[in-house]
Amino acid sequence: MDFANISALAYLISGVLFILALRGLSSPETSRKGNLYGMIGMAIAIGVTILSLLGKGDLDPVTIVIILCGIAVGGIAGMTIAQKVSMTSMPQLVAAFHSLVGLAACMVAIGALYAPQAFGIDDGAGGIKTQSLIELSLGVAIGAITFTGSVIAFAKLNGNMSGAPIILPARHLINIALGVAVVALIVTLIVTHGLATWAFWGIFVIALVLGITLIVPIGGADMPVVVSMLNSYSGWAAAALGFTLENIALIITGALVGSSGAILSYIMCKGMNRNFFSVIMGGFGGDTAAAGSGAVETRPVKQGSADDAAFIMKNASKVIIVPGYGMAVAQAQHALREMADKLKEEGVEVKYAIHPVAGRMPGHMNVLLAEANVPYDEVFELEDINSEFATADVAFVIGANDVTNPAAKTDPTSAIFGMPILEVEKARTILFIKRGMSAGYAGVENELFFKDNTMMLFGDAKKMVEGIVKGL
Amino acid sequence: MEAVDPTIFRLAIFVLAIFVGYYVVWSVTPALHTPLMAVTNAISSVIIVGALIAAAAHAEGAGIGVWISKGAGGLASALAAVNIFGGFMVTRRMLAMYKKKEKKVEGK
Repeated sequence: MDFANISALAYLISGVLFILALRGLSSPETSRKGNLYGMIGMAIAIGVTILSLLGKGDLDPVTIVIILCGIAVGGIAGMTIAQKVSMTSMPQLVAAFHSLVGLAACMVAIGALYAPQAFGIDDGAGGIKTQSLIELSLGVAIGAITFTGSVIAFAKLNGNMSGAPIILPARHLINIALGVAVVALIVTLIVTHGLATWAFWGIFVIALVLGITLIVPIGGADMPVVVSMLNSYSGWAAAALGFTLENIALIITGALVGSSGAILSYIMCKGMNRNFFSVIMGGFGGDTAAAGSGAVETRPVKQGSADDAAFIMKNASKVIIVPGYGMAVAQAQHALREMADKLKEEGVEVKYAIHPVAGRMPGHMNVLLAEANVPYDEVFELEDINSEFATADVAFVIGANDVTNPAAKTDPTSAIFGMPILEVEKARTILFIKRGMSAGYAGVENELFFKDNTMMLFGDAKKMVEGIVKGL
Repeated sequence: MEAVDPTIFRLAIFVLAIFVGYYVVWSVTPALHTPLMAVTNAISSVIIVGALIAAAAHAEGAGIGVWISKGAGGLASALAAVNIFGGFMVTRRMLAMYKKKEKKVEGK
């Protein structure tokens, strides 16, 4: 068996290890081992590539320096970031990482275009094989969209840019025109057998612009869908290049990541009861500010203090905590865990209820609670806990709003009608920690605030929870 | 019998891997969706394989093109390395935080 076959088998093994890495995530116990499989798979893929380059005599000193410098600089940067990043900023981090995969895919495509012999894709007449050109064009186009799209998503999540949607005039027309231009340039590239490098750069630049125009109209709270979607794109870009490189590991990984991102986007859309296309078309949540200042709500609400809340919860036998993005912003998860511990000492049963779209990325709340040492078997998903609100004495809503709004079930005219909600209204008492009376992201007023058994706790989530801890 | 283009086999692998991905990802518990995104990020950086090949392009009189390829390959290696090291490490950090309830210690 020659080396090409052995290395192909090794790539297959690393592909399988990547599948096992994802498989491990089916439960927290197996997940750590899964991550290890992923690392081994990566080491095999890199090792085999280096060995085969070595076998072909391609590793001259200059190349070795380039590769070592690249990996050292990138590796140190990556490790530093991974150690320092806070769990609250995980959505930004993931968006930033997606942008890097996108850009790396573009760079690989550029490399293949300029050195087709090294990739074995030259047609023997100075040009590049048609099939490889299609793959490269797709790789660079999807990669570039992933890159700039993720940069925009990062800026929105990180607060470098307003989360409000930016609506360009005739944006759908602009996007369609850009898309048509990309297709025209791909055709040009193929017709010229890859010699028209300007067409390739044209695809690259237009796709970069397209990444921006596609993502800017999408509002901040729709970012869970966007981040998942870009995750999926980075996978498809990798897969396209996997065909060019004839590399099984890359093809398998691209397919895994592509379908993973697509599934997460689907789950997030379902969590909001919105059509995927309506989310990516953007524009949602744009009138929040206008609605907030326009219709002034005058009905009275029952307001309480931290001590009132502490008293109510101490005398409860079951409390369900509903965290939302506000908890992440206020960094209240540690104080919240402390509160739960105190309540448990008092003999109160405490559970956490997580809505699928709570936070800014899939599973965001779970990570934050895990960070605060909340045991994961106290944390439940919507469908597992919704029936329990009826037996709960207190629903403690911290930094969430739309995901508890009963209008989603009762008011067909509401913007969030049909969205699955956490049925906190069934609890005996509802405590809401909020900074003010503003409506949620969807711009919808929440009827729960005006109910007799609701008590509003106005203030910063962290300070309020700390106050409650003192009162217990 | 005519020989089948090896691309068809790769396409078969691709399509089947999509199905594998579909079933594997649906079995991921929603509590671990954030680590899932971080680890998919890390594994998609296996694109570094292409980066290494580009960086190792030969310079036998092919001129500027080879150097563009080498530069792009070097940059791509660095970008992918950020993701590989950063992605796996941050995933490990997150997964280490998921703990079960300590029933015995509480002594209930």
